[in-house]
This record gives sequence, structure tokens and C-alpha cells, in this order.
Amino acid sequence: MALDEVKIGGLGASRRRVEDNRFIRGKGNYVDDIVLPGMLHMEILRSPLAHARIASIDVSGAWAVPGVRLVLTGEMMAARNLAWMPTLSYDTQAVLATDKVRFQGQEVACVIADDPYIAKDGCEAIVVEYEPLPPIVNPQQAMAVDAPLIRDDKVNQADNKIFDWEVGDKDGTDRAFAQADVVSEIEMHYPRSHPSPIEACGSIADFDRSTSKLTVYMTTQAPHIIRAAVSLVAEIPEHMIRIISPDLGGGFGNKVPVYPGYVMSILASILTERPVKWIEDKSGNLISTGFGRDVYLKGQVAMRNDGKILGVRMHTDSDHGAFFSDAQPSKFKIGLMHSAFACYDVPTAHLTATGVYTNKAPGGVAYRCSFRVTEAMFFQERMICAAADDLGMDQAEFRRVNLVRDDDFPKRTPFGFLTDSGQYEKCLDIGLEAIGYADFKQEQEEARKRGRLLGIGISTMTEPLGAGNSREYDILGIKMFDSAELRIHMTGKAILRTGAKTQGQGHETTWAQIVAHELGIPADDIVVEEGDTDTAPFGMGTYASRSTPVAGAAVAMVSRKIRAKARKIAAHLLEASEEDVEWELGRFYVRGAQDRGVSIQECAMAAYSNVPDGMEPGLENNAYYDPPNLTWPFACYIAKVEVDPETGVWDVLHMVAVDDCGVRINPMIVEGQIMGGLTEAYAMANMQFITFDEDGNCIGSNYMDYLLPTAWETPGFELHEVVTPCPHHPIGAKGIGECATVGGPAAFVNAVMDALKHTGVRNIDMPLLPDRVHDALTTGNDVSGMPPVKTEA
Amino acid sequence: MFPSRFRYEAPSSLSEAVALLASHDDSKVLAGGQSLIPMMKLRFASPALLVDINNIPDLDQHDAQPDGGYRIGALVRHADLEKSTTLGEHQPTIAAAASLIADPIVRTRGTFVGSLCHADPQGDWASCMVALGGSIVAHGPNGRRTIPVDDFVAGPFQTVLASDEIAVEAVIPAANGSRKGGYLKLERRVGDFATAGVAVALEMSGSTVTNAGIGLTGVGSSTINAREAAAAIVGSPLGDDAINSAAEAAAAASSPRSDHRGSADYKRHVVATFVRRLLAQHQPTEAEVA
Repeated sequence: MALDEVKIGGLGASRRRVEDNRFIRGKGNYVDDIVLPGMLHMEILRSPLAHARIASIDVSGAWAVPGVRLVLTGEMMAARNLAWMPTLSYDTQAVLATDKVRFQGQEVACVIADDPYIAKDGCEAIVVEYEPLPPIVNPQQAMAVDAPLIRDDKVNQADNKIFDWEVGDKDGTDRAFAQADVVSEIEMHYPRSHPSPIEACGSIADFDRSTSKLTVYMTTQAPHIIRAAVSLVAEIPEHMIRIISPDLGGGFGNKVPVYPGYVMSILASILTERPVKWIEDKSGNLISTGFGRDVYLKGQVAMRNDGKILGVRMHTDSDHGAFFSDAQPSKFKIGLMHSAFACYDVPTAHLTATGVYTNKAPGGVAYRCSFRVTEAMFFQERMICAAADDLGMDQAEFRRVNLVRDDDFPKRTPFGFLTDSGQYEKCLDIGLEAIGYADFKQEQEEARKRGRLLGIGISTMTEPLGAGNSREYDILGIKMFDSAELRIHMTGKAILRTGAKTQGQGHETTWAQIVAHELGIPADDIVVEEGDTDTAPFGMGTYASRSTPVAGAAVAMVSRKIRAKARKIAAHLLEASEEDVEWELGRFYVRGAQDRGVSIQECAMAAYSNVPDGMEPGLENNAYYDPPNLTWPFACYIAKVEVDPETGVWDVLHMVAVDDCGVRINPMIVEGQIMGGLTEAYAMANMQFITFDEDGNCIGSNYMDYLLPTAWETPGFELHEVVTPCPHHPIGAKGIGECATVGGPAAFVNAVMDALKHTGVRNIDMPLLPDRVHDALTTGNDVSGMPPVKTEA
Repeated sequence: MFPSRFRYEAPSSLSEAVALLASHDDSKVLAGGQSLIPMMKLRFASPALLVDINNIPDLDQHDAQPDGGYRIGALVRHADLEKSTTLGEHQPTIAAAASLIADPIVRTRGTFVGSLCHADPQGDWASCMVALGGSIVAHGPNGRRTIPVDDFVAGPFQTVLASDEIAVEAVIPAANGSRKGGYLKLERRVGDFATAGVAVALEMSGSTVTNAGIGLTGVGSSTINAREAAAAIVGSPLGDDAINSAAEAAAAASSPRSDHRGSADYKRHVVATFVRRLLAQHQPTEAEVA
């Protein structure tokens, strides 16, 4: 008889996370837990200034500190052709500054010593003379005619512009706007934020002169990309490099890029012939590593009076910091910004994007986001909100008029993506019902009479998750697919390895569930391993919600290959022809004689002891999966808020999330992902951002200033689900890790704007801090969050 | 954390502790460590000697005194005050502030007196003590002295304590009548410093205010004693006009800076709003007025 799938931990089982057993016992194994014999410790000296020429660096004081073994400067790196390294976006980035510093927190020197205290003492003993240069803190300032040139290291770089990029149909869009009854316009800034994983970045480089092998333990979400990058930068043959990404304390996109600290620890290990550990502190992580967002929008929506959208125009100015090191598919300069408006039936659209250098940390990582999709969906839903208001149309009704209908799939989006499935209106209806939308207008009106300000904000969106396919998505030419390798042992237990890299998502739990679903092997009998490039199959790692869509699909496909071989073995054991052998969960049986069967475990034993003539022994295989399309989860988030008119403080009264991520492998983990994402969405709307003062000082370099919400502030969330299976994914799953972070912020902001609607205010830039809301309430003006520029006194 | 090198001592008596402090120019007292340790982590503070007073007995009590005053020992944690079931009836201002200090983790270790000694203009307790007219008792080589809180702070992060003195307790004087009051704090998130905070302490005889104090947090280079605001409400029951005068006087007494927590004007507005809200809680009801 077939097994009970939930009992064996298959699809749909809210199986407890197996990795938590070691985490809650304090038995996780993070980079900083690893101690190698003879290991040295590295500390980085960072620039206190945002923009300055380096007149001199005197490291003699550091060498004089007892226990200091090595001091590295940009000059020493340059002598080895390592002062600069390539970025994931075809730019270059300084490893250690040689000529000048270009952001506060930039790496200037590093000290390697017997222990981290001494290394820090050594850094304090280094004397650097800086000649300050005017800092540039926002794109408008960067593009001014007389702006100082930040990247004077680059030949042919005459200004601070990185790129102009466009996509869509300009002429068609112009025609649509010419025919519009109403054109809605809005401008806003999605502020710079930071993924801020609790574990900062770090590495232990261990170069063994006797074998010429370099082993690096590293906080990376993408070990194989790192192996390729190290091979190219350090000119070490790829087979002589082993990257091990052990347990990670979160990543959120922050641990995709290659950071100077990794490179320096590698060089230091080669030079000292000892293992060198670098563990970044929290401030170092916040001020120097990959940030998220920092994009300015000018958006326009052309509409008919009946609410039908005719066309959309978007222009973005993005602030990439001092080096263009965005981690994203290389051909898309502003990520997948053009995924905007994918859930709406918009006939035509045009997007132009300009990217600039500023004196801020580089990075532009996909912070819990599929490459700028967070900005795309936020802008989309703020534009939709403003457009409905400008039309005088109800927010829900306006969306209903424009959402793509269930029978329209497959549907080409205005910028050319192909969406393939969804039940958008159903999700919206469930959300509206749950929040009590029908009665809200009256409630809002009555509250306003008593001086209370209530608002509801809706955000509906579908986003592209799971890059590739490899035709369109590559990073530096490395195609975006993924892989899985499955070995079934003779007793029916198994080990699964993938090219993804879990960092909190629960792969050790969910991958085993996919195998259980495909093979009927209990999930508890399958161990999952990731992160070691010497053992794991090649893959592009985990970010952009790509694990389940790509590596997860590979897990299903390799399981099916195993099942195909097991079927042949079963036929042999059952003395039946393969065509007569049927499968049910966990066993094969002879058609018409269901009691004549063998379990998958019996097939495994036979694979090593009793294979049919001519068959290779063993039961293992691998699969490389190149998805035919992205997956398109849909979400409807609705927030109800109350704004205190006296202080501008706002509270979330009710938050409803309706997510359709297709088939849910482990519903508990999916719900955890959504709650975590909504928490980050709330954080961005309410408090969390990194800004800069006019001198380019980073305001947000520690957890006193960079605010992560705690359980005290975070509101409760009410979750609902709709399941529309992905038509092309082997088990019908879609990405989910990032939906709530992507779609959530607009729900909160739209809600506050709804509460303030009577004032005529159209936009407050995030985060909606109490003083900004109060400012808008009292002046009736929009509030900009753009970092202030220094003016001559 | 990787601070500079330091020596650590944990004496078991006050006299030993004072002697240790006197032995070194660059020494610091460690009580809860919730401000000092982060500063050492960042190497903003690099004391050569830490004198840990946690092993010294009898410093962990807070209680009402026979004369009606209230005493808080140097090792009383914020959480001790927060969880006290009797504090509220004696000291409503302190009780209201206790749960707003930092976050639960800091409250578990950080101390009331340590916070006063840190002399951060954004410290909430200093405003409460200013409103209550409290003092700090310092123990040094020559015995004890009592320092009124208004004289205690010499500047941002500086007190008048001598390098060999230890603040052993905070004292709040007896009230003339019944004690009322409260504390309001606007913070961006639990654990954040105040964008603005207001402490109000009232002494009331019936519905008449016999004495009042208003302390302001985070809106100046030190804790602000809004004396004029307090004077505006003394001598009569709390009426709307008096409350408005106090609110305006408190806003005028504050001198905030515009920063990432808000503009100066906004912070002044919050001060006035909080003064109004706190005082309105103690307005006589219509029945009482009649």
C-alpha cells in the first residue's frame, strides 16, 4: 500500500526543521566557530572619510606592536596586481585603497596578528594622512556639471555616470499617453537599506604550500561563484580551490558579492603560510558591504476615465556607491526593475534608468529580493495608489479593473516577461474580506470625526523569482541554472547535495521532503549537504528566491532519474516486464497484482547486491536544471493603520497577507518566510534605513542607529493562502522567500497615505518616521528622504 | 568584542573599591556595564582599570524610607524597578519610566544609578530625578556626601564625582502631599534613545498641585529641568490654561538639535504634546471641580 505522504515528511508536511536541532543547542558551525592550528587573525583599518586623497600611510607603528605578523596596504596589494578586483557588474572595486578613499568605511589597510586584540591594536597604530575631497551623497549631486569625479582611476570616465539603460516601447508608450484621459505622476525615493544578517561576513583562508591547495571557509551564499572568482582574481587553478560555506547566520543577499576582506585573508594566508581568519564586526558590515535599494523614481501612469491603464512610464536614478558591484544578472543594469506592472494588464510601458557613482559603500545586492524587484513592486504599488487617488477611484476597484484575469495566461508583461499562472482577483477578494474592507470607509469617516486617522493600504503584485533560465540570465557569463546530486545507500538511506546554499531557509528540511515525495523514502532518512565546492555539484547558490524554483526542481528531477532506474531493478526483482511495473509512493508493484511489490528500500539494496545483467550497480545520479521560465508567485498584502495626529506615530491595527506561491512543500516554513518578510517590510516602511549626512558620514553604522524591529514593535500578521501550481516547475512550486519583503512595504505606506488623504499629501519617502508623518500632516506637503547636500556657509 | 587591554578587579567591600579607584588615574566603576561595555567595544572608552562593584553587598535594594523618601541602591537593575509591585504607589514617575528604559536585555543588567553616572543627555532616569528633585549619594575616601541631581552632571557624559568616589545610591525626597506623575518617551523602536522624553512629578494636596517638577530627555546637551513649566502649574488644580502654559514653557526650555530622529521643531512639539498628555491625566474630573 502506498505510504502516507505527510507521515513520511513529504510534500505538505509541516515538518520541524532538522537544522534547528543543532542551532538551538548552540551546536551550529559558523565560520567564527572554526579554529585551525596556527591560525592568525586579521583586522581591517577603514577610512573615516567619505572622499579623500591618501597623502601617506605610515604602518611602522603597527609593525612595532608585539604579535603583529603582517601589515597590508594598497601599495603592497598593487605590487601583486591585487589592489583592484573585478565586480559582478563588470566594474572594478578597490581591495585596499591606493590613490584615494571613496566612501566612509573603505578598506585602507589591514593587520594580521596572533589574536584579534593585537590585530586591532595594530590598526590603531597606523597613521594615515588624508586630504579631504568634496563628498557626493546623492545622484542629483553626482550628476551636476561641476561635480567632483569619483572614479578618476578609470580611463574614459569623464563624469559620475555608470550607465543609461532602457527597456520597453518608447513610441508606443508616448502614443498611449497622448490618448489618456488622466495622467498620474509621482516621485519618490526607495531609501538605502542593509540586509544586515546577524552574522557579519568573514573568512578563514588556509593556503597549504605543500599541496598548493587553497581552502577558504567563507560566509557566502554562492560558493561556486566565489570559487570561479577567486580562481580568476588570484590566478589559482580552480581545482586547487575549495570554498566551504558552513552554517550561515543569515544572508539576505549580503553574502553574494566578493568582499575585500576575503581577498586580503587569502593573500595573507599565502604570504604567511598560515590560516588567516577575518571576522568582520557589525559596523564594518553595515558601512562597507552590499546594501539594498537607494533608487529614485519618476513615475507616470496614463489612464482612461473608467480606470483602465493605457501605459506606464518610469525613470529611475540609482545610487550605486563608489563602485558598481551590484550582484545581479549582468545584462540588466538596474536588475529586474522592468518586472514592474507584471500583474496588471498594461498594454505598453517604457523604463529609462540612470546609474551613478556616489561616495557611499558599493554593493547594490538583492536584499531579500530578486534583483531590484523590491523597488519595482514598491514603485508599482505606490504609482497604482496615486493613480487611483488621482482618478478618484476606489483602491480595490482600480486594481480589479486592471489585474490580469485568470484566463489571460500565459500573459506577456508590458516589459516583455511572460507570466504563466495565478488567481489574482481571488487573492484580492480574500484579502479585502479578511481586512473588513466593505465597512472600512464608514469606520474611517466616523473615526475622522472624532479626530482619529485611520487608513487602509493595499499592495498586489506578482514577481519573477528563480533565475535563470540560462538563455537570459547569467552573472559574468556564468549561466544561471542549478543542480542536485542524490546517492541512495544500500539500506535505502540517502545523501542529497545541491548547488544552492541554505542560510536559514531550511533546505536540509525541505529538500528531503521533495525526495520523500518523489521516492517515498522518509525525509528523516535523507541527509542534505550544501556549501562545500569539493563535494557539492556546481550551482549558482541561494538568493533571489531561486532555491526552490531551480535547485528544488533539480532535486525532484534527480529523484525521478533514481526512480527510473529503481523501476528497472524492481522489474527484475518482481520478474515482470518494466512496462507492467506501477509506482505508488514508496513501492513498485505489478499491474493487476498490487500485493506483488517491492519497496524503494528493497530496490536500493538490490542496486548494490542484485542488479539485472548488464546494469551498472549503484543507485545515484545528478541533475542540472535549467528552468524554462521564472516562477510567478502572487501576493495581496493589506494593512490597516492608525496615525496619531499629534505625534505622527502610526500603528498597524491589522495586517492581512494572501500569498499564492503554488504548491507548498513545508507550509510551516513558508509561513515563517512570509512572517519574516512582512517584518522586514514593516521595518522598511517604519524605521529601517541607512542615510548619510552632508559630509558622507554613514548614519546607520550600528544597531543603535540602524533599526531592526523587535518583537515589541512588529505587528501580528494574518496569513491566507491560495494555491495555483506553477505550470512548469516539476512539483508546481514557486519562490516565496522574498514576496512579503517585496510586496509588503507599499501596503504600509499606502495605508498611511490613505490616513493622510484629507491633507492632499501624495508621498512621504520611507521610512515613515513620526517626524516625517507629522511634517506632512502639518504642512500638507510631500516629504523627501533624500540625503542633504552640503551647501557653502 | 575586542577592547583595549585593561585590568579587572572585583572587590567585595566599598572601602576596597574606593582604594582601587584611588590607585589608578584611569579607572572606571563597572555596575551593569550597559553603557560602558559598548563604549569599550568601540574603543571610545579605554579605561586601564575596571572596578566591578557587583560583589559589594547591600547595594541592590530599593525601598521607601521612614521619612517618606525613597532610596535606590547602586546595583538596582532597571528590571528590578520595572517588576516591582510596590514602586508605583510610592514613585509613579519612576514606575512609568522603568519599562521604557532601553530594551528588556539592557534592563536586566543595567542599573538606575549607573545610568545617572553615565550622564548621557538622552538618559531617561536623569529626567525623572530632575523632576523629583532627587540626589545622589557618593562614597569616597573621606566618607559620604549627598549631591543634588541638578549639581551632579558637569556636562555630557561627565559628573562631579571624584575619580575615587562611587555613587552608592539615589535618593528621592518625601512628597508634600500625594505623589503623582508619569513619563512619556517617543522612540523609533524599543531600545532606541528618546527622540524626546518628558518626566512629570507632581505633589498634590487634594486636587491642588503643591509642588511640581518637569524633566526633559534628549532635547538638549544635558537633561533639562523645565522649572518655568513646573512653576506654571503649582498652587492650583490643573486647568487647561495652566497645562498649556506648562507645555509651551517646556517646549521653550528645550533646545533640541535636528538629527535623524527628527527636526528641532518636531522635538519641541513632542515635548509640549507629552507635557499636555501627562498633566491631563491628573486634571480633576468635572465631579471633583464641582
